[in-house]
Amino acid sequence: MSGIPHDHYEPKTRGEKWLHSRLPIIGLLYNTIMIPTPKNLNWMWIWGIVLAFCLVLQIVTGIVLAMHYTPHVDLAFASVEHIVRNVNGGYMLRYLHANGASLFFFAVYLHIFRGLFYGSYKAPREITWIVGMLIYLAMMATGFMGYVLPYGQMSFWGATVITGLFGALPWIGEPIQTWLLGGPAVDNATLNRFFSLHYLLPFVIAALVAVHIWAFHTTGNNNPTGVEVRRGSKAEVEKDTLPFWPYFVIKDLFALVLVLTLFFAVVGFMPNFLGHPDNYIEANPLSTPAHIVPEWYFLPFYAILRAFTADVWVVMFATWITGGIVTAKLFGVLAMFGAIAVMVLVPWLDTSAVRSGRFRPMFKWWFWLLAVDFVVLMWAGAMPAEPPYSTISLIASAYWFAYFLVILPLLGVIEKPNAAPETIEDDFKAHYGKSDATPAE
Amino acid sequence: MSHADDHEGTRRDFLYFATAGAGVVATGAAVWPLINQMNPSADVSALSSIRVDIGDVVEGTQLTVKWQGKPVFIRYRTPKEIEEGRAVPLSDLVDTSSENANLAADADASDENRTMDAEGKWLVMIGVCTHLGCVPLGNNSGDFDGWFCPCHGSHYDTAGRIRKGPAPRNLDIPLTSWVDDTTIKLG
Repeated sequence: MSGIPHDHYEPKTRGEKWLHSRLPIIGLLYNTIMIPTPKNLNWMWIWGIVLAFCLVLQIVTGIVLAMHYTPHVDLAFASVEHIVRNVNGGYMLRYLHANGASLFFFAVYLHIFRGLFYGSYKAPREITWIVGMLIYLAMMATGFMGYVLPYGQMSFWGATVITGLFGALPWIGEPIQTWLLGGPAVDNATLNRFFSLHYLLPFVIAALVAVHIWAFHTTGNNNPTGVEVRRGSKAEVEKDTLPFWPYFVIKDLFALVLVLTLFFAVVGFMPNFLGHPDNYIEANPLSTPAHIVPEWYFLPFYAILRAFTADVWVVMFATWITGGIVTAKLFGVLAMFGAIAVMVLVPWLDTSAVRSGRFRPMFKWWFWLLAVDFVVLMWAGAMPAEPPYSTISLIASAYWFAYFLVILPLLGVIEKPNAAPETIEDDFKAHYGKSDATPAE
Repeated sequence: MSHADDHEGTRRDFLYFATAGAGVVATGAAVWPLINQMNPSADVSALSSIRVDIGDVVEGTQLTVKWQGKPVFIRYRTPKEIEEGRAVPLSDLVDTSSENANLAADADASDENRTMDAEGKWLVMIGVCTHLGCVPLGNNSGDFDGWFCPCHGSHYDTAGRIRKGPAPRNLDIPLTSWVDDTTIKLG
């Protein structure tokens, strides 16, 4: 599967040969799990396994929760309480699932920012990056619809606001919104279809994850130096890499255990810390909570949505130049989706020939500013839509776009990168001493 | 086709396009019901009209009723609110259209065009913020003594017209009519 030379599976016993000539599935699994992996991978390369764990956790807990949940406006809220109070171990299943979504997004953000710093999106890994972004979009859709299912106040009003985003589109907006909701407002039809799609999308994600893994197994992993594995011969490859099994599996599992220790502490001792108390009030279409906030993992984009009000000059200009078609509302929606679109396009926006941020003295600062910017947006998104938070949101939103659309294209031209090591082996030896790092048998 | 005499080629091309065309039509015919089933079902889209008794609504209060899944505000305005609403010049408004389903589409957003009666006592509006669909808070909320949407900070005046914040339009006014002195019909 990989373009990197390595040992391939050879069936030995009669049984293995019989199967292999009919379905080479053991070979596929063997080649996947034995992929040569750069031996200098640092601890930021563990989030993939955490994410894979999250997907399995969510699907497994979700399937059993669906055995007790009722997707009806009159019964949904009570059925979630029934799960927590009456179903055997139901409180644990429910909070594993709810907090599992948070762990999923926590891990995906670290995974994405890892990719942004080490240039994992650059050629030849653009497809891996784009498929990753599709997974992220599917995760957001799944997470959003899942949050609607308990049918509390935040569920209902979150659904109203988010489906209202589609209503902002000119001409086709309102028919699309009605189509999504199945009526003039969020109601039983909406809850039913969200339940159906919430069950479906994780399997779409699972399929996309397979494509994601297929793509980076074809190109090989990136690594902290951004230097490619030498592919001249198997001997050369073995100086730069170790097989994924057992070396990286054990490392990743160790990291997973640490992450899960924290995760279970949250699930066990503070299961509602990341939730909102208003979601323990049943949905009421006649009363909006005083302060609607989405789940924490949507806050940065929610801040961008709210940042562009009618008194911002770019909005006024856009309204004027389109003859009033682009209103502040539509501008906010476009900005929110645009914030993700610029991330999708980053393989072509970043003009630098150097892959890893480690060897880019100017890029480093802008990158860390982006990471801070993301946290600032997250904080601003949780605050009321009024000064000074609106101004902070606007500045932070502007930087988000500036980073991708101005800074990255320019840096490739004006930045003088530092020298990267010739090979991964050199980098590894510089870190772990001169002794030949061939692992003990 | 440059080879008009190449009968085999044209026949093959015809079959190719006919098959592809039939495939596209069949796929579309199969997909459309799957998309259309998500549109409002018959019971939801059955246009309903309701009658509301407003005899018990006292001056300076608001009755909220649910109509077509949405809240409808029925406010009995005070003289002060009427005065404030009528004092606003059209040039101060974000949206200068009345957004009133009972009037022509080009009617302006003067206070008189927003209320049900000539005196301006009764204001009936769909209580859904035109930004992203939250229910605005009433009872002289916001900077303009009317309604304030807590979600993203849209301020509406005493005639339900958008004055400040991200909402693009005035609050919508549904089809209304008087049944008798104390009853109005929505829809």
